[in-house]
Amino acid sequence: MASLFTKIQLTASLVSRPATALLQKQGANQARAFSAIQAPVSKPEGRTKCTLIPGDGVGPELLYSVQEVFKAAGVPVDFEPKFFSEVQPLMSVSLEDVAESISHNGICLKGSLATPDYSHSGDLQSLSMKLRRKLDLYANVVHVKSLPGVRARHNNVDMIIIREATEGEYSSLEHESVPGVVECLKIITAEKSHRIAKFAFDYATKFGRKKVTAVHKANIMKLGDGLFLRCCREIAALYPKIKFEEMIVDNTTMQLVSKPTQFDVMVMPNLYGDIIDNLASGIIGGAGVVAGASYSGNCVVFEMGSSHTFSEAVGKNVANPTAMLLSSCNMLNHVGLEYYGNMIQSAVERVLKVGKIRTKDIGGHSSTNEFTLAVINNLRH
Amino acid sequence: MLIVIFHLPYSNGVRTVTLIPGDGIGPEISAAVQKIFAVAKVPIEWEVVSVTPVKGPDGKFGIPQAAIDSVNKNTIGLKGPLMTPVGKGHRSLNLALRKEFNLYANVRPCRSIEGYKTLYDDVDVVTIRENTEGEYSGIEHEIVDGVVQSIKLITEGASRRVAEFAFDYARNNGRQKVTAVHKANIMRMSDGLFLRCCREAAEKNPDIRFEERYLDTVCLNMVQDPGMYDVLVMPNLYGDILSDLCAGLVGGLGLTPSGNIGTQGAIFESVHGTAPDIAGQDKANPTALLLSAVMMLRYMNLPEHAAKIERACYSTIKEGKYLTADLGGKGKCSEYTDEICQKIEAE
Repeated sequence: MASLFTKIQLTASLVSRPATALLQKQGANQARAFSAIQAPVSKPEGRTKCTLIPGDGVGPELLYSVQEVFKAAGVPVDFEPKFFSEVQPLMSVSLEDVAESISHNGICLKGSLATPDYSHSGDLQSLSMKLRRKLDLYANVVHVKSLPGVRARHNNVDMIIIREATEGEYSSLEHESVPGVVECLKIITAEKSHRIAKFAFDYATKFGRKKVTAVHKANIMKLGDGLFLRCCREIAALYPKIKFEEMIVDNTTMQLVSKPTQFDVMVMPNLYGDIIDNLASGIIGGAGVVAGASYSGNCVVFEMGSSHTFSEAVGKNVANPTAMLLSSCNMLNHVGLEYYGNMIQSAVERVLKVGKIRTKDIGGHSSTNEFTLAVINNLRH
Repeated sequence: MLIVIFHLPYSNGVRTVTLIPGDGIGPEISAAVQKIFAVAKVPIEWEVVSVTPVKGPDGKFGIPQAAIDSVNKNTIGLKGPLMTPVGKGHRSLNLALRKEFNLYANVRPCRSIEGYKTLYDDVDVVTIRENTEGEYSGIEHEIVDGVVQSIKLITEGASRRVAEFAFDYARNNGRQKVTAVHKANIMRMSDGLFLRCCREAAEKNPDIRFEERYLDTVCLNMVQDPGMYDVLVMPNLYGDILSDLCAGLVGGLGLTPSGNIGTQGAIFESVHGTAPDIAGQDKANPTALLLSAVMMLRYMNLPEHAAKIERACYSTIKEGKYLTADLGGKGKCSEYTDEICQKIEAE
């Protein structure tokens, strides 16, 4: 058990940026970084750079909306756009180029990438998976929270879903042993299971959460999920103040659709994360209103909570930019621009609460542009 | 050549069905089903067997040979909940039965029940799950310390078999559409193979609509608009998760029937637990087992009897006078059963 302490370093990415890069940049402005929330006495002089991946489907429309709002709010962020796509390989920049930009900037705002069933190059690994591996974006965090004014079947939901994103079922290790017989490997390692469990408990500690639930199927996959569960238990023992629970994945889905308020922080292997993310988004209003982020040791990619490209709506001006806007607020908070983060977030919440301007997915008739404009009109400095 | 025994020849003779009452509340709810069947004059004789593990000649505990013989002879069984023995060395009995009779497809219809209100009210989906391979192949090993590899096995034979079964089921039960649920964008070879088999089956069945959806999309849409889906066919793990999810939409496992279709027979069962805390107290809800038995009647080509019992059951729940405690009522299992019997007699 003692070796656990030494082996696992502090989850670096949870320490937000102001403590590091921004401080060095701003020098004299040190005090500001810790004086969040209130209007800054003097606005920050430095500007922050952020990689921007528009993504496929409605991604570019949503990110255009974010950029418009940023412009109107005067946010001191410069975007570095990188077109990255698996379905349009000829226009896409290289993986190295994108990875370089993100690791240099430390932050990225990303629209959903389409993952086709067949890749043009015969790769088994999808492009977003490659990016995740390259940057080691191991922890996917989705905060599912009921929003005022969004009609849904369940209210008062507030849970954090933490998903291991680099191994498990998404190993891309597949082969056809003989014609008609395919093996697909699910890899679970102690190292990565410990790391994600540690991340979940650190996250719970940082945000004052009470309970972590490990989701698994160890009754059937005794070795694989068994190992994951054992790692979670070992880490849980180090955090006596946080309650630890275990739940089988099929039961979790059943509980989620009937009593979702029982969940707090959840941690799980890759595929279950995909399922639970989508399910949880569904019960509070859909993919259009849930923000997410992927963390590595030194950079964070802010994205939608559930990655759907919604490609049937491209160019129709109907997509809901709420998720992407909330995600950009998280990004601003992460780099110490809480003033702007809060300003945009409360503008979005105000628009939703008043409910006059609603996009189609949450029962309205307004367009993406109308919603964006409404948010801009509600920005209060 | 694959043979799906689906429509058994209609017969006026009495058929024998193996009944496995199970543990906990199993015997009570089985008795309730037997009583209702007797009142409805269903031409069925029950052969009650126990599957409590016995020590075999090889020294291992397993299902008694008598039970295996009975199901093999009758080819049809109805099963109450079984307790999964805790501790090492014991294989789950459900799994043993599944292996023994090669039960390759698990069918779970989930329908909103009038009179028991949940947050979702237009659910009417059937999940069909491949039950012999996939993620639950049971092939796992620890390569080096701390690195475990589990194998998800997808074969063309099993995928095609379940895909064709799904289309047959859809046609025989008046369904319009089959949706293949997959993750072929991530597992391009394995789920890709499954999907290809579904497409081939779809081509052979042009009268049934076919669509393909990603697992995550189905999860998202299912809780927003369950009416989008009809029959869903999928590999093992996805089926396990989605079938429980759908049961959650309509009020839990106490209301959802389940059938396991195999090459050598079919076993219909209730999938809820044994509820040892209320066993023997006349508090249990027999609905899931009763609806499973109704599914069994349809499978045996006794649709009139099935419809009669189903109507009586639904209208008893709708009236809500004798609901059991799990549905928020105060009725007893026997009162609920008697009410259904009365309705059948009144018809």
